[in-house]
Amino acid sequence: MQVITYYGYQDGSGEYYIVIDAEKCNSCGDCTKACPQDALKMETMLIDLEDKLVAAVTEEHRKKIRYTCSPCKPESGQVPCVQACGQEAISCVWNPLNQK
Amino acid sequence: MESREKTEYWRWGEYQRVMPSRDLNNSEIITAGVDVGSVGSKAVIMTDGKVHAWSVMRTGSNSSDSAKKALGWAMEDTGLTLKDFNYIVGTGYGRVNVPMANRAITEIACHAKGANYIWGPSVRTVLDVGGQDVKAIRCDQKGKVVSFLMNDKCAAGTGRGMEVIADLLKIPIEEVGKVSLSVTEEPKPVSSTCVVFAKTEAVGLLRKGWSKEKVLAAYMRAMSIRMSELIEKVGCEKDFVITGGQSKNIGIVQRVENILGIKSLPTPNVKETGRDPVAAGAIGAALYAKALYEKSSKR
Repeated sequence: MQVITYYGYQDGSGEYYIVIDAEKCNSCGDCTKACPQDALKMETMLIDLEDKLVAAVTEEHRKKIRYTCSPCKPESGQVPCVQACGQEAISCVWNPLNQK
Repeated sequence: MESREKTEYWRWGEYQRVMPSRDLNNSEIITAGVDVGSVGSKAVIMTDGKVHAWSVMRTGSNSSDSAKKALGWAMEDTGLTLKDFNYIVGTGYGRVNVPMANRAITEIACHAKGANYIWGPSVRTVLDVGGQDVKAIRCDQKGKVVSFLMNDKCAAGTGRGMEVIADLLKIPIEEVGKVSLSVTEEPKPVSSTCVVFAKTEAVGLLRKGWSKEKVLAAYMRAMSIRMSELIEKVGCEKDFVITGGQSKNIGIVQRVENILGIKSLPTPNVKETGRDPVAAGAIGAALYAKALYEKSSKR
């Protein structure tokens, strides 16, 4: 059962989302260790009435991702959480608006 | 000294209702869902998966007190006590602080389930406009979430921001939707994405001679544009519905519909059916409570 969660923001600079695919996530927790900002944690999600531990952005960071994630934006080359995931369950969307 | 009447225009009406037709004695499973949001707390009592009673009230400074009060109020005149419940699920921002709940479920699952109950299996896209955040959800015919988008839009795009602007313009919150639609021409949206700045901008527009209606329309236009952006990210598939407190705000509903070019399903008769879009999260939680109870009693 596919459940994709987007955490992020959209403003004058463009859109930025951390995208987590609960189906692909294998609950290993490697991403939570890789995040330099401590913004990820494993959270119990109810999928088809079964509990599964899935990576999620912490409640604390959900509303300030623009600040939390700015040091790791894809422009900097590598995104630690995305790289840490062996299941390709985490991806990162960053579409900057071209401003002239 | 002359005293002046103090009016709080933002203060929305709390309510509680018991469905008259349901017979408790013949029901097998009694469950409850408690959704403690940042602005409103909702409690829904279900008998065999149908709404029996519910309450919608403001969240206080203490989440667990708010949860107790909301459920306590929903139980009023039902003759139920806490012992009668087979299973209680807590959800929402304050879900971990629902003391009487058997477990907590993230709101990710609950809103789509609730929308599925309220409008039926044709619902595919849900926009939940809460007190302090906005969620866009895509779901299947069973109300299972396919994708869920949480945006860090703060108060400016949400119910709390609407409260602030209603208070500033001295327009009762229940009327803002209708009033905002009374403008002859849709004004340019306010540009600020922060409610504190938006309020300053609104004051500026009033000084410039804009009417209250026009300022209100400009604010709602900005809110609606931001919400529509979220929907477009997950993809808007028919049927589309709006839940949460702002589902009652016709000024927002109509503007979002215009921007997206798609009509939302009309709200059912809330009083007669108990299908209240404001309580969608709590309805979903109560449905999950039933499913989880049935699952646990099979073992």
